[in-house]
Amino acid sequence: MSMASTKLGNKKPLPEIPLNIIEDLGKEESYLSLITKRFIKHKLAVLGLIVFVLIAFMAIFAPWIAPSSPTRITGDFAASPSSAHLLGTDQVGRDLLSRLIYGSRVSLSVGIGAVAIYVTIGTILGAVAGYFGKWIDMLIMRVTDVFMSFPYLMVILVLVSIMGPSLTNIILVIGLLGWPAVARIVRGSVLSIKEMDYVMAGVALGYSTPKIIFRHILPNCLAPILVNATFGIASAIILEASLSFLGLGVQPPTASWGNILTEAQSLSVLANQPWLWVPPGMLILLAVLSINFMGDGLRDAMDPRSIK
Amino acid sequence: MFQYMVRRILIAIPVLFGVTIFSFLIVNLAPGNPVDMQVNPYATEADIQTKKEALGLNDPIHIQYVHWLVNLAKGDFGYSFSTYEPVLTMIVDRIGPTLLLMGAALVLAYVIAIPIGILSATKQYSWMDYFTTSFSFIGISIPNFFLGLGLIYIFAITFQIFPTGGMNTLGNEGGLMDTLAHLIMPAIVLATGIAGNMVRYVRSSMLEILGQDYLRTARSKGLKEFFVVNKHALKNALIPIITVIGVDIPMLIGGAVVTEQIFQWPGLGQLTIQSIGSRDYPTLMAINLMAAIAVLLSNLIADMLYSVADPRIKYN
Repeated sequence: MSMASTKLGNKKPLPEIPLNIIEDLGKEESYLSLITKRFIKHKLAVLGLIVFVLIAFMAIFAPWIAPSSPTRITGDFAASPSSAHLLGTDQVGRDLLSRLIYGSRVSLSVGIGAVAIYVTIGTILGAVAGYFGKWIDMLIMRVTDVFMSFPYLMVILVLVSIMGPSLTNIILVIGLLGWPAVARIVRGSVLSIKEMDYVMAGVALGYSTPKIIFRHILPNCLAPILVNATFGIASAIILEASLSFLGLGVQPPTASWGNILTEAQSLSVLANQPWLWVPPGMLILLAVLSINFMGDGLRDAMDPRSIK
Repeated sequence: MFQYMVRRILIAIPVLFGVTIFSFLIVNLAPGNPVDMQVNPYATEADIQTKKEALGLNDPIHIQYVHWLVNLAKGDFGYSFSTYEPVLTMIVDRIGPTLLLMGAALVLAYVIAIPIGILSATKQYSWMDYFTTSFSFIGISIPNFFLGLGLIYIFAITFQIFPTGGMNTLGNEGGLMDTLAHLIMPAIVLATGIAGNMVRYVRSSMLEILGQDYLRTARSKGLKEFFVVNKHALKNALIPIITVIGVDIPMLIGGAVVTEQIFQWPGLGQLTIQSIGSRDYPTLMAINLMAAIAVLLSNLIADMLYSVADPRIKYN
């Protein structure tokens, strides 16, 4: 106050604001383009994105890319790689390359399907807990603690064995058990965002509670949810592969990268037919690695502490 | 701090009950019950009903839960559907190898990951840093079973340095070196994912600390960089890592299932897979329940240690 009055008293002219600053304000980068720019700088993340797009391409266009049907018996069994079968054939005589190409469909549908389910559940539960607080929060968070206490893979194994192993059941089980981490993240974000003035303004304007939560609060929690979901897709792919490897996942003759590896549990296959287990293993590693790199790039790009 | 600890314990109690309820519901959801599994084929329907009545299987579900809980408290986990042995005996037989494997993996992971994480942070953006970052990501991303098969292929089949599986060579029971030779590959497999995560945690935690003012003070008073990093910075950098153990324990337990299966390690993980094969739900749920309680306790202990190590923490 006193500072301002002395300045006015001195009748100094107010410093003129350079016009170009005002123009720059209008052109300020959008959040999205800022994040894209920062993501592109992360070389491994870009590499991950390219590999992931290639795998997705393989999954979508499998019938056109694969040299033969993944379930048709085409030649000798356990034949080593040749010009007719680039990666050889499996124990039953099916073309391995075709099985690998079709296997990408299983991995991606489990990854995306399961994560879509649990992100939805986790976001709703977390938002309700964070926004309403009190006993609702207490109840939801304790249920979250209960779910977090069980080692993921163990409970999934038990539930899948009760429900019967199939692609749909794996997606459902991972989807129904995976939400606690998302719920915790969303709850934390909602707790801090709901205290902000613009949310108060929404309440004062009489907006409905769902509108405030979904239209005004949740869009601001998107960054951590997206990062978590990306890493989640990677771990769901590993989970499916592990279950199928143990014989409790996708059942043959449907091809999955995990169940192709099951055969390598026999020492003679492991020792003498490496083409049966090295390629599917490398594909799982490649897919999971590329998604994890993308997740890391997204996390760095969206981290508010590193925005300058 | 004391108040925090009391509140933390009070919160763990309802969670513990939640865990038992969840376990109980799943056992009930599963097909089969102790009577159906044990009747002789000549028993009449009336006999079965009498037996069920005697065992309380016709009681309302909440009464059955209380019964089950009381038995649990007495150490009675029920009987296995497949071997008819008490579940507790089966678990006691198997728990030793699993603890040995998990302990070895945890020690191995931390011994490798902590120094690498520190080095990676102090030399940020060097080739060393890029190298370890890439490798830690591979460690996180490689499926346990693929790494296990690869190690068996290289070290057991091609070079024949280590045995392909099991815990002891037949006829050579109890030899320490023999057990160690069997332990090393599964321990590496189980440690890899945990080490990969740990390197990331240590690196980012160390980076955060290295920028702080008190380290500039330490440097400006002429302290050697080695002590600045390993004495002043490390102490604070390792505090957040205490909570990581809460993440590592479930990872270890899940990983042990797959790892024990590949290496024929005679522990709880292998028992889990066998029980799934024979639809032995009482055994399965007992293992799950114990695992969940172990996770709950390790989280509780981690939070307690955290509040001791960092007095600033308050319960919110």
